[in-house]
Amino acid sequence: MAEPGAQQRVAAGALVVEMRGIEKHFPGVHALRGARFDLRAGEVHALMGENGAGKSTLMKVLTGVNQPDSGEILIDGQPVTLNGPRAAQDRGVSIIHQELHLMNHLSAAQNIFIGREPRRMFGWFTDENSANADAAALFKRMKIDIDPRGEVGHMTVARQQLVEIAKALSFDSHVLIMDEPTSALNDTEVEHLFAIIADLKRQGVGVVYITHKMDEVKRIADRVTVMRDGQTIETMPAASTPISRIISLMVGRELADAARAKPRKGGEEALRVVGLNRKGVIRDVSFCVAKGEILGFAGLMGAGRTEVARAIFGADAIDSGEIYVHGAKRRIASPADAVRCGVAYLSEDRKRFGLVTPMSVSANVTMASWRRFVSGGVFMRDGAMRKTSGEYVNLLKVKTPSVDQETRLLSGGNQQKVVIAKWLLRDCDILFFDEPTRGIDVGAKAEIYKLLQKLADEGKAIVVISSELPEVLRLSHRILVMCEGRVTGELDGPTATQEAIMTLATRRLEPAAGIPIEAL
Amino acid sequence: MTQTVLEQAAPSRSGLFTVAAAQKAVAFVVLVVLIGYFGFAAPNFLTEDNLVGILQATAVNGVLGVASTLVIITGGIDLSVGTLMTFTAVMCGVVLTNWQMPMILGVVAALAIGALCGGVSGAIIAKLRVPPFIATLGMMLLLKGLALVIAQDKPIYFNDTPNFSVISNDSFIGGLLPSFEVPNGVVILFAVAILGSIVLNKTLLGRYIFALGSNEEAARLSGVNVDFWKIITYALGGLICGVAGLIIASRLNSAQPALGQGYELEAIAATVIGGTSLSGGRGTMLGTIIGAFIMSVLTNGLRIMGVAQEWQIVVTGVIIIVAVYVDMRLRRAG
Repeated sequence: MAEPGAQQRVAAGALVVEMRGIEKHFPGVHALRGARFDLRAGEVHALMGENGAGKSTLMKVLTGVNQPDSGEILIDGQPVTLNGPRAAQDRGVSIIHQELHLMNHLSAAQNIFIGREPRRMFGWFTDENSANADAAALFKRMKIDIDPRGEVGHMTVARQQLVEIAKALSFDSHVLIMDEPTSALNDTEVEHLFAIIADLKRQGVGVVYITHKMDEVKRIADRVTVMRDGQTIETMPAASTPISRIISLMVGRELADAARAKPRKGGEEALRVVGLNRKGVIRDVSFCVAKGEILGFAGLMGAGRTEVARAIFGADAIDSGEIYVHGAKRRIASPADAVRCGVAYLSEDRKRFGLVTPMSVSANVTMASWRRFVSGGVFMRDGAMRKTSGEYVNLLKVKTPSVDQETRLLSGGNQQKVVIAKWLLRDCDILFFDEPTRGIDVGAKAEIYKLLQKLADEGKAIVVISSELPEVLRLSHRILVMCEGRVTGELDGPTATQEAIMTLATRRLEPAAGIPIEAL
Repeated sequence: MTQTVLEQAAPSRSGLFTVAAAQKAVAFVVLVVLIGYFGFAAPNFLTEDNLVGILQATAVNGVLGVASTLVIITGGIDLSVGTLMTFTAVMCGVVLTNWQMPMILGVVAALAIGALCGGVSGAIIAKLRVPPFIATLGMMLLLKGLALVIAQDKPIYFNDTPNFSVISNDSFIGGLLPSFEVPNGVVILFAVAILGSIVLNKTLLGRYIFALGSNEEAARLSGVNVDFWKIITYALGGLICGVAGLIIASRLNSAQPALGQGYELEAIAATVIGGTSLSGGRGTMLGTIIGAFIMSVLTNGLRIMGVAQEWQIVVTGVIIIVAVYVDMRLRRAG
């Protein structure tokens, strides 16, 4: 059991974690390339970078979830080998994941001491009173008021997170990793969390703080490290480093000579969305997209882009907002309504939402249009289905031995083309692509880009949601940037820069107290 | 007395206004209404003989319900409880009648074989990663066949063990309080339920049963030996099936190898009516016992009123659907 002050064994400012030359390969991915990182007792060290920069992998190495291929880890100055989560916990390293790992049906105290409950009567019985008392002591140390007996599932996310922090402290942790801890908190809760972090600092706990939010870094971090492409780019003092510099380090690579969308002649409006709202997720989003236009939706994960697309597609209910398709106001209450209006949504998770992978290419291409291939209202016209899907396979250049091939056997790029074929066959002319090239290799990406441009040239209205800035810049005629459910800005595609997008993507419209908006 | 210990079930989860408490209250109210209705509509319903009959009929289903509840709270399912009960009864018959061993060895054999078979199901689920539904479906058929093979399709009678009927039919309480002839089988039911409730709420095993059903991955990441506790849970469920095997064998004074299939569904129904969530993490023994009584009061009452057996089954089906619907509504409201 941790006692208050137990962390004081490490002098404030001493290096508690040092990681050097960390290499990690996953099949097909070089995730960490000689990454380094260090942490001092009593500091908050922000770890930043774009999605996929290697932050999570580096922290998985530090928490023993992944073993590095090579490199050195020192904790409290001692070289260590962390061969599992337990080994890291025993050395005082704990992580609070963005998605909390709690058992909703158990109480706070039961969650904190799961796996090492205080026991009595020869170890057969749990000692509820002692667990509750210990949990109460932890909560007191954190100066929070949570009932140790309260069922975790009935608590707000903020309180659940505090339970996780208490659990980490109960391991006597002096290194605490927090992965985007504020993503599900409201402003008051964020303030409360910051107060607790400040308190932990005073007790000598070192905090690794993973975030995308610049204002938070400015508020609570002592140092900030930027990662990109599996490498540690630079470590800087948080207070004196301008946000613009952090952003340019995060984006890094220059795109001067990369292909960009060509300016586009005006076209007729295809889709207009006015004042879309969904409580807690989408706030007052309005935009329009024209025939022949590719509109890019940029923003960080969780900015609400996918939610907007799903709302327009009728997959999630909206609280308010109007949708006009080809100038006419339409009510879209279900995906079936959306498809009738010619709106299609191609999910980022093709295998779960886009395809029936054990079924053939032909079955998948015709899936949204099966009615056309029924004779006498009963029998499927297999020949016609195979013929039509064959035409689309040729049109989109899907690489498959035949239309009878099971789609699970196709590569990611070809699977994506099958999904596109499905919606084209269904006569959809407003297409939402959510991360259209996720899990697709570089060569196939270029083909998908060409295909999207071709579709736009033919007069389809296309919205591309992408977390990869080069992809957004390459494809978009116009770019809409979102942050925290709002549209924070619109940029002209051919002239936009990664820095400009990043700045908008991290702009919280209601900055937490303490940082003036000008500093952004 | 039984009531108070069972009420202590789920100290951290209950409370007068929680969803679990409301669910138990709904089940309890349904039970009271049913008893009231049949008492009013069927004159023979509230006689002592009939009430004892209901208690006796509930003993087997209730005990199997307890076994089911443990497993279902982990997020699993056990379809083999009925045929495992029969298998333990048959093995008990082999030990006592064919081998002429003393009675205590027959009892031990039934319990041990129950625990062993349950443990095997648990190991198949935890170690071989076969889904619980499939693993226990296989175990159900396997045990049914084995019971028939071993008993050679014939009942095994316990005529050589005259004391065997004591287990279920005599009244130990009646010996103390002559006007209160509660059969031993019913006493065993309440004992098993109370012990089950203590296991669930006071012991380490109970903690992990809830943890497994609530978020198995989180439990694993917290260093809980998930596989081990899963196997133990299924083994304990199997042992309780052995208890049910002894009760039914004692009551019939024979091990009937063809009996058993169908009991698992009654046990699951009792568990579900009692508010245990089929998706795991939530449930109480008190609820399951109430659920088992609802099922047997319904069957008994409808029979006394002369409703055809076919229609009794229909009504039971409707009750299960309504109970689960109410449970879901309450949970959403909570």
